[in-house]
Amino acid sequence: MELVCPAGSLPALKAAVDNGADAVYIGFRDATNARHFTGLNFNDSKALQALEYARDHKVRLFVAINTYPQSHNWADWQAAVDRAAQLGVDALIVADLGVLDYACERHPQLPLHLSVQGSATNGAALSFYQRQFGIRRAVLPRVLSLAQVRQLATTSPVDLEVFGFGSLCIMAEGRCHLSSYVTAESPNTCGACSPASAVRWQETASGRESRLNGVLIDRFKAGENAGYPTLCKGRFKVEEHVYHALEEPTSLNTLALIPQLAEIGIKAIKIEGRQRSPAYVAQVVKVWREALDHYRDAGAGFSPQREWLDALSRVSEGSQTTLGAYSRPWQ
Amino acid sequence: MQLSLGPILYYWPRQQVADFYQQAMDSPADIVYVGETVCPKRRELRPPDWLELAAPLAEAGKQVVLSTLALIESRADLSTLRRLCDHSGCLIEANDMAAVEMLSERKLPFVAGPSINIYNARSLSILHRSGMVRWVMPVELNRHSLRGILEEVDRLGLSEQIETEVFCHGHLPLAYSARCFTARARNLPKDDCQLSCLDYPDGLPLHTRDNQILFNLNGIQTQSGRVYNLLPELREMEEMGVNIARISPRALGTFNVLEQFDQVRRGAITPTSLIASDTGDGEWCNGYWYGNPGMEILAEDA
Repeated sequence: MELVCPAGSLPALKAAVDNGADAVYIGFRDATNARHFTGLNFNDSKALQALEYARDHKVRLFVAINTYPQSHNWADWQAAVDRAAQLGVDALIVADLGVLDYACERHPQLPLHLSVQGSATNGAALSFYQRQFGIRRAVLPRVLSLAQVRQLATTSPVDLEVFGFGSLCIMAEGRCHLSSYVTAESPNTCGACSPASAVRWQETASGRESRLNGVLIDRFKAGENAGYPTLCKGRFKVEEHVYHALEEPTSLNTLALIPQLAEIGIKAIKIEGRQRSPAYVAQVVKVWREALDHYRDAGAGFSPQREWLDALSRVSEGSQTTLGAYSRPWQ
Repeated sequence: MQLSLGPILYYWPRQQVADFYQQAMDSPADIVYVGETVCPKRRELRPPDWLELAAPLAEAGKQVVLSTLALIESRADLSTLRRLCDHSGCLIEANDMAAVEMLSERKLPFVAGPSINIYNARSLSILHRSGMVRWVMPVELNRHSLRGILEEVDRLGLSEQIETEVFCHGHLPLAYSARCFTARARNLPKDDCQLSCLDYPDGLPLHTRDNQILFNLNGIQTQSGRVYNLLPELREMEEMGVNIARISPRALGTFNVLEQFDQVRRGAITPTSLIASDTGDGEWCNGYWYGNPGMEILAEDA
């Protein structure tokens, strides 16, 4: 299985390459990708350096152009596709029907991957994208159980890539408007979820409060670990109970599933986190490289090693990890 | 401007659904969407039952559209969808690309529902090529985005061939998950949800810890806590070329809302006087239409 790793900067890209990535995915420095954060991503010269570094180390480079353009900014997405094609990257990761159509028509030689933001969770949807735009690969939303992934893999018309590690979206990606409901910015339109510009921290008599555009996401007692107020991971009140009504702050970790994923024919594992530091990327990629190499050598004798799991837990949200939707009881 | 009754997003007992569509017969709705869009475990009515309910509506002159699931995860979901596409005999609303694929393969016309991502005219024209005759705008888009799309559709010469529908009233469908939040609220696993949604005919409200209404839980679907209300914007929409205003069913008051929309479209009343009384509890919003956070309220002349 190909190990596909995130990079939000040139140092992060080098960290990924140096620690064993098979492929690295990046985004341009604008709203055309789903991690449109201040100070992150690649301008033209950095993208070129990224490509050269990757090529020198025989690592593939993908560019994510995976948000949804509208009439007023369509030209930016078109330009991003042309720029990536000109650079000669190994694949584009795209979500929008219009952008897929443009890329396919204008740059037929450029391989297309359907982004997780394209929200295709079944064989028929994948067939549509394959027939219309000739996509080679699709990244699956984090909503399927392992049994469902297996079912899908047996009939999928394209290669499948699944998320292995990182922040956990609990909603079907590409079909979540929670962030724009609260802040006007969403992953689809702006490449942002619970944007930092809308976050306020406040010390109050009842504890430390995190707010998103004024909406109380969580309140922490002294000594409690206060995480970033991603709005699906707050504590809310339902019928007088206060709890993590949607999801706890936790990271997805499917390291233990490597043998199953390989056996059912998954072609690539994606590490989430273009917004993360080079040190984070280095740590996570290193562990996953070791684990995948161990599986290659040990086959059925594969067992996740304690130190890998510890290393990944240390960099996880709330120091917790979960199998997420892969495990039916989580659902 | 036509009025539509969207699919019932909640899980109601069979009799309640039957009563609801009985009332819909004499309502001003021109188009009625029926069918389950949220959860395949909701089986008070099977697909043939929905179609049976729909028959008298069609006889009463309503256009009946069969809506389909928004999140299709299993082979069983796909088989159900395939049967609907093969046998429904009426127009179908696709809420997942799986339905788009099946309907386009069969060369059947379809409606692209609000969970199909259409953010630009190029996407719209691709779907049109595949058989789409109507689209429901994604709920997070604003009036400027819509105007931009419709102007381009016009330039492409497609405005006569594509109808535009806007979700105008009700809790907005905002997200879909593998997880069932209603079951979670009761500490039940999804596989043993005990059909908890039946107990919440208008969804299960989620508040912040300082008692602000935020979301409305509806099984695997998360909705806006506030009721979206674009009644005062109806005229503007009509001028822009919107063909259909969608009213999303709620357990109470839906037909009053339809009545108000009907009166406004006929020019019988001005909408501003109605806003406050419209949803009863004052928890409404229209932010998305104006390009603001969806949960906010903006006055018409803002």
